[in-house]
Amino acid sequence: MYSYTEFDNNFNQNRVDQFRSQVTRRIDGSLTEDEFKPLRLMNGLYLQLHAYMLRVAIPYGTLNSQKMYQLAIIADKYDRGYGHFTTRQNIQYNWPKLKDVPDILQDLANVEMHAVQTSGNCIRNVTADHFAGASTDEIEDPRPTAELIRQWSTDHPEFSFLGRKFKIAITGSPNDRAVTKAHDIGLRMVRNNKNEPGYEVIIGGGLGRTPMIGKVLRSFLPRKDILPYLESVMQIYNMLGRRDNKYKARIKITVHEHGINKICDLVEERFIIQRSSFGGFDQKLLIKLEKAFAAPIYINEPIDSYNKSYQSDPLFRSFVDTNLSEHKNLNYSIVSISLKKHGQTPGDATSQQMRMMANLAKKYGHDELRISHEQNVILPHVHKSNLYKVFNELKSVELATANIGLISDIIACPGMDYCALATARSIPIAQQIAMRFNQLKLENDIGEIKIKISGCINACGHHHIGHIGILGLDRAGVENYQITLGGNSTQNTVIGKSLGPGFSYTEIIPAIEKIIYTYLDIRSSNDETFLETFNRVGLTPFKKIVYTPSEIINKSTATFANNNNESFASQEIK
Amino acid sequence: MARKFTNKVLTANRLIEGDVVYLGINGDWVLDHDRAQILKEEEFAIKQLALANKDSGFLVSPYLANAEIRDGVPTPIHFRDSFRANGPTNYNHGKKENHNV
Amino acid sequence: MNVIVTDNGFESDTWSNIFLTLDKLLLINPKSTNKFSLDVPNTTDPKELAPLFARISLIRIAFLNSTDGRGFTLASHLRLLGYKGRLRAQGHVLADQYTMARRCGYDEIEISIELADRQPEKQWLSRSDWKSNCYINQLKQLA
Repeated sequence: MYSYTEFDNNFNQNRVDQFRSQVTRRIDGSLTEDEFKPLRLMNGLYLQLHAYMLRVAIPYGTLNSQKMYQLAIIADKYDRGYGHFTTRQNIQYNWPKLKDVPDILQDLANVEMHAVQTSGNCIRNVTADHFAGASTDEIEDPRPTAELIRQWSTDHPEFSFLGRKFKIAITGSPNDRAVTKAHDIGLRMVRNNKNEPGYEVIIGGGLGRTPMIGKVLRSFLPRKDILPYLESVMQIYNMLGRRDNKYKARIKITVHEHGINKICDLVEERFIIQRSSFGGFDQKLLIKLEKAFAAPIYINEPIDSYNKSYQSDPLFRSFVDTNLSEHKNLNYSIVSISLKKHGQTPGDATSQQMRMMANLAKKYGHDELRISHEQNVILPHVHKSNLYKVFNELKSVELATANIGLISDIIACPGMDYCALATARSIPIAQQIAMRFNQLKLENDIGEIKIKISGCINACGHHHIGHIGILGLDRAGVENYQITLGGNSTQNTVIGKSLGPGFSYTEIIPAIEKIIYTYLDIRSSNDETFLETFNRVGLTPFKKIVYTPSEIINKSTATFANNNNESFASQEIK
Repeated sequence: MARKFTNKVLTANRLIEGDVVYLGINGDWVLDHDRAQILKEEEFAIKQLALANKDSGFLVSPYLANAEIRDGVPTPIHFRDSFRANGPTNYNHGKKENHNV
Repeated sequence: MNVIVTDNGFESDTWSNIFLTLDKLLLINPKSTNKFSLDVPNTTDPKELAPLFARISLIRIAFLNSTDGRGFTLASHLRLLGYKGRLRAQGHVLADQYTMARRCGYDEIEISIELADRQPEKQWLSRSDWKSNCYINQLKQLA
């Protein structure tokens, strides 16, 4: 993992001192709220519905036990004893006070962390594949490049006051787990026909009110050109992007309005002169970064005990089958820790749980943790001989829910329970769906499905690319939920199709149930996933069932509809 | 035709703590929506909002929110204002915690 | 009278030359050996200015709003195209943006008295050490 240099530490300390001064000047009146707002946003501090919210960066989702431990301490010391992990691989604290924020930033700086550029109209925290450096399908670890981009974009003097926020994601694997096609810039590490390393550069993707799939700007960019090329893209966007309407200010609109070819010509023209401004130091740094992210020194132990526990403990077996992914070292596994226990707020972890995850990473995980954009925590390198211990310790703090990739593993933004921009709640919808299908004991039968919920059109909950997407809106002063089906967040990114008219807060859970029953009814075999079924049959069968009154359906799908009548939506979530 | 003015409360977040406050009956700032002053006249409401906007050393983002008296208590009209007044639904935090004004 | 901010703090504006817009400058006989001062909006295409560099001694770029960062890229582009003359940012620039402006190639900032009152010299001086703690300069080995 990357460790800060003296330069990084000085920079970070300087930023903390600056923010402390900015807070003082805001309170004494030298800065107006209008002036202070972009400055606080550049340090991750929002004003939300009930309180301030501090969004702390976890660059490319990678952290170690010390950092996770510090996040727990901050949660206890300045907040309500928990934190919320986000789809941008960050952590948010929902209750900090303005006067405490400089101290929180200091505590973060002490463990080489910060909240820089987690908000504001600047280049945001760069995200990456959460299985980086561990998965079997990887061409190259994306994190050295991600760290290079972090350094380049941090406090970049040209790009701190862009027309709108700017998000970059990178993957080193052909199976895209970083949603690169829904980012302002997506980078895919590729090789050319001479087997030289480079990047496919995708721009103009994004969700929000105008969802767009990114377009390829350069199919092969040699590795050495990454920073001057990114700088050229940013410069073209900064000058050309619209500033008259914030809803048309993202680069996806710039690309849409000018066309990818024109943007490409402008970038290439700019790139020729921009390249001369880099002298090669960046590439020397990249080589150092590659060493910093070298694979851990793997241990070699017998794995008989693992096989034995797998046979003897059905709960462990279920955990293994659901939450583990193949590691490039055959005797290791990638462990996904679900922050989606049925009925819990997706992505939330208590300080006790954070400490446990930190301890497990230290004891059994080569001191590495990841945050996934699916709002779970990953132990990327666990030797199989330690899996049963990890499982049991996770179980002791309610972190052993075996539901990764299943219907209760839902992405949900904070929604109107916290967010000032939200138009409806997301969290209770996620809680109810998870509780309902757990109660019906259908989760494993349904199999792989991704439900993603956003509480407003900005789509932090990625609803467009969920197999089932739910968008909460305000319709004449009442919460209303629209459903999209068939979205896909992988390398084959697809924006989901709208099912039809929306549903009220009490209708949405029964509607999701009907969709799932329809799927179970019409799938060609138990192996056909929800998405495969949808791709085969389209919207029509789902539409037909969902918009037909329930009493008629209960007859036709009697096999699944045994205890389908009570509406869970009215039950209180504790 | 002039539209009819609906009753309002004046609300904002406190600069330092960030929590939600309402203009109270005595012109002070209170934490409970129950104790908010119902502003029945448009001119007065706008004047109070302007004053709050000037008080940027104490308040952030003041705005007028629709409210009405229900069962003798000032009550938000829109569900967003209800959440602001009552705290999040998933935990007993914020306005759901016991607090002293 | 506006205030000029440099690494040394506040100064009064001693630049006596009249500022011209690009249209006006283009009307002047190209053979004139005089040096001119140019006022440009932050939407200017720097390539249009490049042929005129030899005739310009100061370019003043307007910042209408501190949240509009186009003036930073414009300055950086002008420098990369070889402009060596004086470069001034004028308008709504915050003390907190001083380092960014300097790093992008500005020599000085021109602010109103009102802004100078609210953001006194001390706040600008605290940002005058713009060469240190700069990632991009380190990556480009300019530091």
